[in-house]
Amino acid sequence: MTDTSEAVVSTDKDKMMRNAPATEGVAHGSSADAALARRMRRRGEESRFWWVVPTIYIIFLMLPIYWLINMSFKSNQEILGAFSLWPQNPTLRNYGVIFTDPSWYKGYINSIIYVVMNTAISISVALPAAYAFSRYRFLGDKHLFFWLLTNRMAPPAVFALPFFQLYSAFGLIDTHIAVALAHCLFNVPLAVWILEGFMSGVPKEIDETAYIDGYSFPRFFVKIFVPLIASGIGVAAFFCFMFSWVELLIARTLTTTDAKPIAAIMTRTVSASGMDWGVLAAAGVLTIIPGALVIWFVRNYIAKGFALGRV
Amino acid sequence: MEKTWNNKAWLMVLPVLVLVAFSAVIPLMTVVNYSVQDTFGGNQFFWAGAEWFQEMLHSDRFWAAMGRNLIFSAIILAIQIPLGIFIALNMPRKGWGVPVCLVLMALPLLIPWNVVGTIWQVFGRIDIGLLGYTLHALGFDYNYVNDPFDAWVTVIIMDVWHWTSLVVLLCYAGLVSIPDAFYQAAKIDGASRWAVFRYIQLPKMQRVLLIAVLLRFMDSFMIYTEPFVVTGGGPGNSTTFLSIDLVKMAVGQFDLGPAAAMSIIYFLIVLLLSWVFYTVMTNYDVEK
Repeated sequence: MTDTSEAVVSTDKDKMMRNAPATEGVAHGSSADAALARRMRRRGEESRFWWVVPTIYIIFLMLPIYWLINMSFKSNQEILGAFSLWPQNPTLRNYGVIFTDPSWYKGYINSIIYVVMNTAISISVALPAAYAFSRYRFLGDKHLFFWLLTNRMAPPAVFALPFFQLYSAFGLIDTHIAVALAHCLFNVPLAVWILEGFMSGVPKEIDETAYIDGYSFPRFFVKIFVPLIASGIGVAAFFCFMFSWVELLIARTLTTTDAKPIAAIMTRTVSASGMDWGVLAAAGVLTIIPGALVIWFVRNYIAKGFALGRV
Repeated sequence: MEKTWNNKAWLMVLPVLVLVAFSAVIPLMTVVNYSVQDTFGGNQFFWAGAEWFQEMLHSDRFWAAMGRNLIFSAIILAIQIPLGIFIALNMPRKGWGVPVCLVLMALPLLIPWNVVGTIWQVFGRIDIGLLGYTLHALGFDYNYVNDPFDAWVTVIIMDVWHWTSLVVLLCYAGLVSIPDAFYQAAKIDGASRWAVFRYIQLPKMQRVLLIAVLLRFMDSFMIYTEPFVVTGGGPGNSTTFLSIDLVKMAVGQFDLGPAAAMSIIYFLIVLLLSWVFYTVMTNYDVEK
């Protein structure tokens, strides 16, 4: 009973607070203003429960992740023996296994090496190309732009086997650069599209003014243009990082031991006899962390990136 | 923006061209090469013409995988697009809730695809997974390992979990670009919530929705890793989608000819879809 009465009191207070500007509107004398204020008030009451839908959705998203985290702090006996919603005897053993065994933690280092290489390559070749697409018309430009898009849409499964043969021929199998180059298949087109979207938002007058002021093209590009689209470069780099990080099929095909990504090492453990659920969960949790860390920086641009720079 | 004609721009595009040619054109030529030849082992190949293509186009296995994939994509779109719009409409527009929602909702998009599979494989298990255990405790006969229907449900829920946020983020980006004046005008006219949605919000979301539909269709049409980890294509062949079938054929059975022919057919479909995507997008830009 006390709960409800409190709620009623607070609702009344809310209404009074919201009434204040409304009465001001009436004081100005127009009846349309008053009607508008009344409607706005009604809308305000409607949206008091705005948090319900996002909260339910976020809980749905977080439950499986929570379950993985929960498992990573349990011993195997506890995982298989008793069903519990949180670890009864929390242990760090699973993380200990990963951080002390080179065949595990090297997987993370491998993944990070080829992801960073890929991001650096993709951005550095995509920058001039995106500038060309956003500023000039040239022979075959539209066809080229379309062809780039088809590579973003190409099924990796189609490329797995030919990639293996191509990189074998060059003796690049099981090297980081092989995976980094192979991931350029979808990351370079993506980077070009995203950067082109951001560059088209920069008025052309800026280029022209810089030339009049006596800037050479390379100096203009590095000193003026790149700082202007810094957020675009950040977003493009984030998306290259992300798609290279989450891809497994090609990365697994091109590596055997020395450059094997962490995601592939995980799959090997799954098939081993006497499944080590705790270590598997801990490895999974550790693969989520890099994404969770970088996402904060691009939170406002992430939709623009997914829309290939075109929102 | 007015663009000047300048063929020297080709020099700036050249690095991209070389790199993508190396990682796309050469591998694709290898596939074409295999699709028209046959081998009895060793390194001896001879011309087979269109034989593999005919075999593929008459193979029940190919059409079954294609059918499953199309049904899967249709279900995915039917769930994710309305759900994504609904959630985006209910997201806060300002305040502390915005970054919290954006970051938490985008999180599943950043998890490696096989970890997504692992998460759901564990989550759905009836002995150690929260979902499977709860469903069993409630009396449902749920087992994604043996029952094709349960396997489908699991794979679809997993994909909804994984990718609905993409639709949400795109729609949200479209919604926040609507100026406040539109809503004020609607209020003055006494527009209902539905009218606001139908005549203000939906038209403004058209462009992002288009992107969302096409991206979701293509990505679900190429899905491989997540269902492969959860179900391995089973039970039986019930969740064997095109990519899973292709990898099985090429890497598992080493049937290079049929696999290459299938790759080409697959790729042509994707090419056609990309063309539709591109045409629709550029026409849209022109209309605007």
